[in-house]
Amino acid sequence: MEAIRNWFQELYESTGLNFSVFYDAYDWNRYVSGLKMTLFLSVTTILLSLVIGAAGALLQGGSSKVARTAVNAFVVVFRNTPPLVQLFFFYFGLGTLMPSIESGGMRVPLLNNIQWAIVSLSLFAGAFNVEIFRSGIEAVPRTTVEAAESLGYTRIKAYIHIVLPLAIRVCLPALNNNLVNLLKTTTLAYAIAVPETLYAIKQIWSESQNVLEMMIVLLATYGILVGILVWLMHRWERAMHIPGYGR
Amino acid sequence: MSTRPHIPDRLATLHPYRVTPTRMAFQINPLSAAILCFGSVMVASSAWSAGGPTVPSPLEVIVKWAPLLLAGFAFNIAISLLAMLLGTITGLWLGLALLSEIRIVAGVSWLVTQVFRNAPWLVLLFFVMFLVPFQVTIFKTTIPLPDWQKATIGFALPVMANVAEVVRGAVRSIPSTQWEAAESLSFTPRQTMWLIILPQCIKRMLPPWMNIYSLVAMSTVLASIVGVSEMLTLTAQVHAAEGGRPELFAPLYGFALLCFFLYCYPINLWTAHLERRFHVR
Repeated sequence: MEAIRNWFQELYESTGLNFSVFYDAYDWNRYVSGLKMTLFLSVTTILLSLVIGAAGALLQGGSSKVARTAVNAFVVVFRNTPPLVQLFFFYFGLGTLMPSIESGGMRVPLLNNIQWAIVSLSLFAGAFNVEIFRSGIEAVPRTTVEAAESLGYTRIKAYIHIVLPLAIRVCLPALNNNLVNLLKTTTLAYAIAVPETLYAIKQIWSESQNVLEMMIVLLATYGILVGILVWLMHRWERAMHIPGYGR
Repeated sequence: MSTRPHIPDRLATLHPYRVTPTRMAFQINPLSAAILCFGSVMVASSAWSAGGPTVPSPLEVIVKWAPLLLAGFAFNIAISLLAMLLGTITGLWLGLALLSEIRIVAGVSWLVTQVFRNAPWLVLLFFVMFLVPFQVTIFKTTIPLPDWQKATIGFALPVMANVAEVVRGAVRSIPSTQWEAAESLSFTPRQTMWLIILPQCIKRMLPPWMNIYSLVAMSTVLASIVGVSEMLTLTAQVHAAEGGRPELFAPLYGFALLCFFLYCYPINLWTAHLERRFHVR
């Protein structure tokens, strides 16, 4: 640790390349807390968007016409509008219309900016997940569902125990793409001052005047994060692989 | 009579997977649905405000400022078209470089593609905004680079990488017999690529290319974060000009959502239509 710090300090003194995050404890802490926030945002939005996707796909295949239309409208609207405007609409538009609560003698909004970012990003990615899951469910043959029905499964039980496990395996590559996209979209939370990686790094470069170096750190950070997610998803894909399908 | 057991003609096997875009139920026309949503936002915010007669209602505010906001939206579209043009031209070359026989060229272009594909759009935008100078001097002629042009370059970078992948995928999907047939007719490799392979790819490339365009069109609002005065910036300014009343946020941003929806949804429908027609993927 000490060696790394000294090396970057020396690099700065000899070449002028100021990677302040790697030798300055204050900048390092800021960077790490930003990274933690990005990870927190990614994990919560990924999980929530999967739930939204699964629930939406269930309703979309259901018999209720109202629910079907509602889910379709949700998907179509969220797919065809910019996520940043959605975020602003939620945070500024709905956030100000929502009632605020009393907390410690201060009036604070019901949901803060981090929670709004989670809500908005989950809905955005969830809309894509609905379509992906629906396509996966369409790949499950009718006869399999009929077999489940004849064994006495209710619709919801058959969905959870039989259709969804098969559908997830089929649609994993598409899901993989969408989750990577979601990880990249978490940077938008910067716009409503959620202190995630981009926000932290912007603060560092405005104070330490090292835009180029921090840009490199930023690109590398997201490259590594996306790499880890892709690696995890590939491992999951292999583990869930159906024998006899694909290679 | 044979005593063969009855074998079902279709075994329960998984159907091929293809993502088909959701289409709204036919009874509800998407246009009217969007306007309905927008209308309810208006009514809700008007009811919430319930101001005196001196305060203009949200609808009046929007009607008053619509020309300015729509001009901002047109600017967004212009940026997206320029970025798409730039990204497509460079992406085509990058895609061809990905397929190059020379290993160094293929390796370097692979690296470039991966970097620009995996970085968030906003990060790339910051990258260009902060690291490209505000003016370039070539042979004593100074070319100024205003913010919006830098933003266009920032959007063109991810487009380039995505188009390169599309080109590579399309060229790979052409049967190798086409290459062999061309070779037997003594076409050079370059002629084969430009006269035989790429023309066949256009059909396959069109739907994903249009998908990329709709992504770019939606991403142009990111330029407001780095200070280009496009629609979202103007929306915030209009809000401030109307006295910063909190109930105006929802209708104003709702109006921006509506504009983008009305622009992107037809593109999406058309893409799905082309995909079905060409039977690709």
